[in-house]
Amino acid sequence: MSNPMENVREEIIRRSGVDPKKCMRCGKCSGTCPAYDEMEYHPHQFVYMVESGDIEPLMKSESVYRCLTCFACVERCPRGVEPAKLIEAVRLEVIRASGANHMTPDHVPALLDDEIPQQALVSAFRKYTK
Amino acid sequence: MQRIGVFVCWCGSNIAGTVDVQAVSEALKTEPGVVFSTNYQYMCSQAGQDIIKNAIAEHKLTGIVVCSCSPRMHEATFRKTAAAAGLNPYMVEIANIREQCSWVHKDMPIGTEKAIILGRAAIAKVNLNTPLTPGESPVTKRALVIGGGIAGIQTALDIADAGFEVDIVEKKPTIGGKMAQLDKTFPTLDCAACILTPKMVDVAQHEKIRIFSYSEVEAVSGFVGNFDVKIKKKARFVDETKCTGCGLCTEKCPQKKVPNEFNLGMDNRRAVYIPFAQAVPKVATIDADYCSMLKNGKCGVCAKVCTAGAIDYKQQDQTIEEKYGAIVVATGFNPISMDKFDEYAYSQSKDVITSLEFERLTNAAGPTAGKLLRPSDGKHPHTIVFVQCVGSRCDSCSEKGKEYCSKICCMYTAKHAMLTRDKYPDTEVYVFYIDVRTPGKAFDEFYRRAVEEYGVHYIKGMVGKVAPEGDKLMVRASDLLANKQLNIEADLVVLAAAIEPDKSARPLATMLTASMDTNDFFTEAHPKLRPVESPTAGVFLSGACQGPKDIPETVSQAGAAAAKVIGLLAKDKLTGNPCVASSDELMCNGCSSCANVCPYGAITYENKEFRMPDRTVAIRRVAKVNPAVCQGCGACTVACPSGAMDLKGFASSQIIAEVDAICR
Repeated sequence: MSNPMENVREEIIRRSGVDPKKCMRCGKCSGTCPAYDEMEYHPHQFVYMVESGDIEPLMKSESVYRCLTCFACVERCPRGVEPAKLIEAVRLEVIRASGANHMTPDHVPALLDDEIPQQALVSAFRKYTK
Repeated sequence: MQRIGVFVCWCGSNIAGTVDVQAVSEALKTEPGVVFSTNYQYMCSQAGQDIIKNAIAEHKLTGIVVCSCSPRMHEATFRKTAAAAGLNPYMVEIANIREQCSWVHKDMPIGTEKAIILGRAAIAKVNLNTPLTPGESPVTKRALVIGGGIAGIQTALDIADAGFEVDIVEKKPTIGGKMAQLDKTFPTLDCAACILTPKMVDVAQHEKIRIFSYSEVEAVSGFVGNFDVKIKKKARFVDETKCTGCGLCTEKCPQKKVPNEFNLGMDNRRAVYIPFAQAVPKVATIDADYCSMLKNGKCGVCAKVCTAGAIDYKQQDQTIEEKYGAIVVATGFNPISMDKFDEYAYSQSKDVITSLEFERLTNAAGPTAGKLLRPSDGKHPHTIVFVQCVGSRCDSCSEKGKEYCSKICCMYTAKHAMLTRDKYPDTEVYVFYIDVRTPGKAFDEFYRRAVEEYGVHYIKGMVGKVAPEGDKLMVRASDLLANKQLNIEADLVVLAAAIEPDKSARPLATMLTASMDTNDFFTEAHPKLRPVESPTAGVFLSGACQGPKDIPETVSQAGAAAAKVIGLLAKDKLTGNPCVASSDELMCNGCSSCANVCPYGAITYENKEFRMPDRTVAIRRVAKVNPAVCQGCGACTVACPSGAMDLKGFASSQIIAEVDAICR
């Protein structure tokens, strides 16, 4: 099977350390996901689509930025698959491919707000920066 | 000098596909002692065995080497072949050129070379073999069954019906086990008590069966046919011979706040109790942890009301010693603890229960007299969510759950869902499943009925979180087929908890030297062909102690275990294994190293007179092996510092000859 996404798939699996073959398709990740309704593709679909090499739609989807990285799916997966790490790896693939930072330190002052915990900014940097 | 015949088997293409069998039989022809060498397609077939028999007669063979499959497969076959041709069966050696050669190599020259080397080693050993004759030991015609659930009950009844005495040891005050706690049984929905209690009564009335209830096995020694077992009969502070089971004490006892384990703590019992109405033996037991008379000498109400004078506050634990020919393990299972599954809020809400608790909630003898009521407020639940596979099918590294499928949950959940809809049509019932596994007679039809006739909502997906909110349980789950996340306001959540072997199984396995797998299920002697026997001779397996099982399977296995026990007890004598250790008393210095390492207690010492070269007499302490107890493990031969201990059939000289032949 010569899938052009094969290298991308291998890279995502290598970077995340996630073995999607361990998934038994129970859907507990999506059953527990607090950002479910915000996501076009849901955690269990990330796992399945990476496994089957159907990665382009994931990379084009806003879903990679909608994941809260709360790790509820990682915590509760009975098979130890760690979907959030896989989503993170797909997101990194998008950012590295486009070679762009979607956020710089200059953006920070405008975002500062008593309601936003500092950790959220750190997390945003991690999410939107190469 | 031996006259050795070599027989190389092709095993169809199993061996011949990777090993040049012709080259092997040619190469081995020139080995020391070999006078005949051939090869054949299936050496284990009648024609193959005839080749061996004819060669033994024609070439006056004194030993044979069969290059074939593992000795675990056909050593017994070829020993019988040799014996039929008049050769001592212990003059047969197997060179395993299948499992340890052809199956693990892909390259013909490498496989062939290794097969020749393995054959050469076996030939070197046969050159040093001596004929051996097995000894005999008597059989105690009584069986011990450990565990009094449906597995132990059925095994005991079947053995006793064949005319042999059976003792059942049950750690709880009554026999009956988990089945006694169930309401209905799938797929025919017979009431569990209705089909179990007649069997319990049969056990109680059978003249060949004794029940040691509230008792535990404390120590096991001996060997197949001759086990010595110590049984601890725990003090129940009630004289079993006097108690009539009237239950008056259990009504008058003032200590009312003892969690009732039979109803899984969902209601209370007294400090003196009979677990349930049909208990066998129907005898009261005083719980020493809660009885104020036993704790601080104040009360004595039960003794006052007992008209039979059965209460005995001074009763002590008692140890019973008994001999048995066979032991059946039937220690059963328990649901795993739900404490680690925080996401399901089991410890936060009383309305999140396990399936076994659900059984008690729907049982007429349960805490709600069979009405399905919420444990928290006693209200009728309208929306009920069942969650399957809780703690089953987890990752091998999981600290919370088990790697295996618990097998019974799909069916009992279908039963619970169906019965709920049948009795309470005003309910909405959801079952969240990963896969529905129903491989059994009339099982899938049963599950389909739950869906099609009773309108149970089966949803492929898993519940991710259960959050108590007011008097509701907010259930968040995925519906994989609709690709939706569901949020259900439930009144009751039922968790199909994984099952695990009873905690008493591990120490028992140590006592019995019976092996277990990583999950503490007992291991069979062969997973397909000897499923009810433990690898330890004389120890048999019945029920869920061997693996998750439903009632029909448990009863089948219980009967099979009984058949094996009957086969054993029907013999007057057992033929032993002649490959046992023996000590050369002239070399033994009586140091006790061998006895210290012997796992079977087969070695004793005796003081023996020796005539010395100077004609004086010296008394020396020397080791003596009981060949009936020795299992031939060889630990003593390694421990012996003076080389006095050796194993018949596997002498150090024979092993070294094999190694030399391989390294040649």
